[in-house]
Amino acid sequence: MQAVTDNVFRALADPTRRAIFEHLSRDGEQTVHALTYRAGVSQPAVSKHLGVLKRARLVRCRHAGRETHYSAQPQALAPLVDWMSVYGAFWRDRFDQLENLLKRMDP
Amino acid sequence: MTDAPTTRALVIEREMAHPPEKIWRALTEGPLIAEWLMTNDFRPVVGHRFSFRANPVANWNGVIECEVLVVEPQARLMYSWGTLGLETAVTWTLTPTEGGTQVRMEQTGFSSEGGANYKGAKYGWNKFIGNMERVVGGLE
Repeated sequence: MQAVTDNVFRALADPTRRAIFEHLSRDGEQTVHALTYRAGVSQPAVSKHLGVLKRARLVRCRHAGRETHYSAQPQALAPLVDWMSVYGAFWRDRFDQLENLLKRMDP
Repeated sequence: MTDAPTTRALVIEREMAHPPEKIWRALTEGPLIAEWLMTNDFRPVVGHRFSFRANPVANWNGVIECEVLVVEPQARLMYSWGTLGLETAVTWTLTPTEGGTQVRMEQTGFSSEGGANYKGAKYGWNKFIGNMERVVGGLE
């Protein structure tokens, strides 16, 4: 489970992959060609990004003729995006800022 | 994912070298809260509804809807915290120590199953991706 979680975080840590995933989440199934057109990078690069997303189970593909269609699997985020760890990072950062403020305040 | 739905809590504790009175001010005075957390219209009055406002981003209006639930001056403060389809509650507890104050933040109401988490994940991951990256950093 931890390995899968790591894969999801790593997959989404890249801005191009995030853009591809967001695009698929928003607009539904797309071909590699359509994704390449939108992504602004080469088709091999898009295919490589899709491979990473696929290993993280964030996208699924289906072959139709000569085209491969990709679709987002946002439910893959449900068990994996751990809101507690996300909020944990958020609050630790705020704790730091609270301490900084306390130092600046009068006693 | 076959587990029965349960709720979980996030606890963050830190001892700070400041007296509870001072920390209480930082937790309950709007302009001070804004300096370390978010802009707000908080008032330390039970039942007061207020919001925290962050900069809006794609798929998130940046608003956290809250209601003050407990006010025990210099000891305990609790408010609801609702955003991105995830309804939680935040409780601050201040305990005097020899060197200052033990500050404890507990956020409760995280669901272990789909539902709110899923909605939150779907609409909120964009906003919190920066934090995710930090989590990733922590994984290395």
